[in-house]
Amino acid sequence: MAQFEQWNGFKGKDWKNSVDVRSFIQDNYTVYEGDEAFLAEPTEATHKLWGKLQELQKEERAKGGVLDMETEVVSGLTAYGPGYISEELKDMEKVVGLQTDKPLKRAFMPYGGINMAEQACTTYGYQPSEKLHEIFTKYHKTHNQGVFDIYTPEMKKARHNKIITGLPDTYGRGRIVGDYRRVALYGIDFLIEKKQYDFERYARHGMKGTDFRLREEIADQIRALKEMKEMAAVYGFDISEPAKDAREAVQWLYFGYLAAIKTQNGAAMSVGRISTFLDVYIERDLENGTLTEAEAQELIDHLVMKFRMVKFARVPSYNELFSGDPVWATLEVAGLGQDGRSMVTKNDYRFLHTLENMGPSPEPNLTVLYSSRLPENFKKYAAYISVQTSSIQYENDDVMRPVWGDDYSICCCVSATQTGKEIQFFGARANLAKCLLYAINGGVDEKSKAQVGPAYRPITSEYLDFDEVMERYDDMMEWLSKLYVDTLNMIHYMHDKYYYEAAEMALIDTDVRRTFATGIAGFSHVIDSLSAIKYAKVKPIRDENGLAVDFEIEGDFPRYGNDDDRADDIAIWLLKTFMHKLNKCHTYRNSEPTTSILTITSNVVYGKATGSLPDGRKAGEPLAPGANPSYGAEKNGLLASLNSVAKLPYELALDGISNTQTISPDTIGHDDEERKNNLVQVMDGYFDQGAHHLNVNVFGTDKLIDAMEHPEKPEYANFTIRVSGYAVKFIDLTREQQLDVIARTCHDRM
Amino acid sequence: MVQGYVHSLESFGSVDGPGVRYVIFLAGCAMRCQFCHNPDTWNMQTGTPYTADELLEKAMRYRSYWGENGGITVSGGEPLLQIDFLIELFRKAKEQGIHTTLDTSGNPFTREEPFFGKFQELMQYTDLFLLDIKQIDDEQHKILTGCTNQNILDLAGYLSDEKKPVWIRHVLVPQRSDNDEYLDRLRAFLDTLQNVERVEVLPYHTLGVYKWKELGLSYPLEGIDPPTKERIENAKEKLRTRTV
Repeated sequence: MAQFEQWNGFKGKDWKNSVDVRSFIQDNYTVYEGDEAFLAEPTEATHKLWGKLQELQKEERAKGGVLDMETEVVSGLTAYGPGYISEELKDMEKVVGLQTDKPLKRAFMPYGGINMAEQACTTYGYQPSEKLHEIFTKYHKTHNQGVFDIYTPEMKKARHNKIITGLPDTYGRGRIVGDYRRVALYGIDFLIEKKQYDFERYARHGMKGTDFRLREEIADQIRALKEMKEMAAVYGFDISEPAKDAREAVQWLYFGYLAAIKTQNGAAMSVGRISTFLDVYIERDLENGTLTEAEAQELIDHLVMKFRMVKFARVPSYNELFSGDPVWATLEVAGLGQDGRSMVTKNDYRFLHTLENMGPSPEPNLTVLYSSRLPENFKKYAAYISVQTSSIQYENDDVMRPVWGDDYSICCCVSATQTGKEIQFFGARANLAKCLLYAINGGVDEKSKAQVGPAYRPITSEYLDFDEVMERYDDMMEWLSKLYVDTLNMIHYMHDKYYYEAAEMALIDTDVRRTFATGIAGFSHVIDSLSAIKYAKVKPIRDENGLAVDFEIEGDFPRYGNDDDRADDIAIWLLKTFMHKLNKCHTYRNSEPTTSILTITSNVVYGKATGSLPDGRKAGEPLAPGANPSYGAEKNGLLASLNSVAKLPYELALDGISNTQTISPDTIGHDDEERKNNLVQVMDGYFDQGAHHLNVNVFGTDKLIDAMEHPEKPEYANFTIRVSGYAVKFIDLTREQQLDVIARTCHDRM
Repeated sequence: MVQGYVHSLESFGSVDGPGVRYVIFLAGCAMRCQFCHNPDTWNMQTGTPYTADELLEKAMRYRSYWGENGGITVSGGEPLLQIDFLIELFRKAKEQGIHTTLDTSGNPFTREEPFFGKFQELMQYTDLFLLDIKQIDDEQHKILTGCTNQNILDLAGYLSDEKKPVWIRHVLVPQRSDNDEYLDRLRAFLDTLQNVERVEVLPYHTLGVYKWKELGLSYPLEGIDPPTKERIENAKEKLRTRTV
């Protein structure tokens, strides 16, 4: 059993024998059931640093969204010397470490794809290095090139026509959460020792390709761990051994995360479930009298400030999909333990309090792991912060805990993975609404008129017949699911080969479990379309080639979002059918297929690429985001809409069911006290029915319109809203997306 | 079985009584308030018929959101016009332990039979009244609503005698009710009541004007703007309730 003097005062022994952060937390954390009265205001250092950072953010916006960009240095753990928010204020930074040498400067990351890395530079007026161009085209292959070398013509066509879309084949796949807490609890040397042990343990007789791959990966992980020590040494820290106090724990943990964001530009780079863990260190120091509450809050404020600074160089097509420069530095608070104890600590309050101390912010993507059994005081404080800032999301711990245990992290927007034990292969999404049109049109794309899917018989009747449509749709979904999974298998093979996440995987068990995360776009529109075909009369309008390009609907039909089983049963059928088809496919590295109903802001782009649908949605209009009901479909108010979404079984969509709702302040209560109490009631009622996720916005449409027209007003500089799966500064959205947000149902009643 | 004529249903009400509430808007109203933002609820014949059981079944879908203080609110229109249905609905709701709130203008109230006996029965099943007092001055009340306020004030007094919890609501209309003299008189009247838990000032708004036009009616308050923030604060201050 290992023993370090840094561990003095900590209880338990399981976590000393092997790497087991969960046991450490369970053995040592202190439940807090009080209210927020103990919280501290920002210190002078926090004020100054955050003030400086806001100036930089303003400058960044003035320069068109990018403050500075690297062109000469390939990003890596030891690519740069130290960097600070500001040279003059650097002694005030309680947590140090930047991705590059300057704040908000974006690193050059070519391993995902050199073309994209270069296009990101030229888009913002930077000249990429010729030498690096030569290296990454002539001497070193990238992930992007690897994938395009092996794609089939059918895959390229499906991708081009956007029936499968948003694929991580040009940039980092992300969604892998290293257990950054391990750096603080164990120190790097202990972790290297354990990986070396694995390296020896996995040596077998008669080794073959998959064994070689694993050995190479472990070797890469050990190299990354060694480089992490060098990276920390640049800032004057030796992270070989465990952290000895709260300040070191915060710093060590951040170095772990910094290693990830220096090496990977994944679509989501989550921080993970760190709050309760760090509280153990803070409590020990508070008890010893070596730390005050103000200092504890300062540590958390400074750590969060760093998460607010994470940047990646992106290309315009990426920004269209994921608008507003998100990085999904997702970070969880609250939840319950397997033993039924609340895991809410004072630190969970401190993280939410950063939104008061430094104002609203989209990052980190603060996520409350919700249960109606959380302490009432905490539920009310979280609801209060939601009402004030619209910056946090809620996910149902009661449905996730039975599947993922009590130490899972949210690895992107809404998807859970067991911290340090599991990773997921991110797979973007298939457009099931377009697939329905393919079923009607015999595999011909309604936009490009190309034969993309198999040339099954098109439907030629004057009115659509429900049974016929269902039969054709089933066949077309079968084709799509198979093609989709085959495509993703290629992507992840090449990602492992050319852009392996050594730093993150070094902080995850060698014997890792993998999930294979697919996704669905156009969910609500398929439901309403099938409902229209079943309960009303739908007549296709065909062009000169016989392609259905529009639809006339005669009569009324039930729509998803009204707690009406006639529509909601179709929703469940759709999810189940698609998931079962995915289950039939072979998945890379024996990963377990899952799916999500989550579109992020890409619903606008997907909508542009999708023709008119039988539910009355016209060609080019945005699809509804995530699992949200369609625009204007909700006729019975917020709770009826929530009830419809709550019917979707989480076990069929383990990658998450995203729901975003906006409530006007006047509708949710007369004053802030009532508003927070009513919001708690809404969430208790929603999550107790087994719903998975809720983004909560509290503002009126008038505020959005004013912010769109007057983005220069200071009050809108940090105006944050929740969109499907993340939060974003409203003024950073494209006008198209702003209009889309405004058009969505705001629950508001006269 | 008696049926109720329903104008519309709202799954999420949080400003019509305590907590989160299922709100049933009944059709039909005899008052013709100049500021009415729901003139489409005046005609009972346009409502959709439901039995009490059907409505309760719908409402119960939202029970998980109600917690300890939520429940159902019946509003309108004027629900007391369908008192037989209300009695059945609230009786059955109470059998299931649901908190009941009645949002009424008080206009149908009378101590004459058969209404009064029915109302006394309804009282047994009603946990909270939201009572509108639109104008304290009877002459002005007639101008504003087309009806007298005497029976409404009588209802307020009766509920006070019976110690039934009441929230008083007052729509603040510039040039009609937003006048310090009237507000002071209303306050003096409220001070005679023993049961007022809360007084809500509802600022007049123009969001319902389009409905008048759709119904082919001319809008009587054309040209009157919603009250200013200062006037709203003034009314709130004057009417602020004393804790009971």
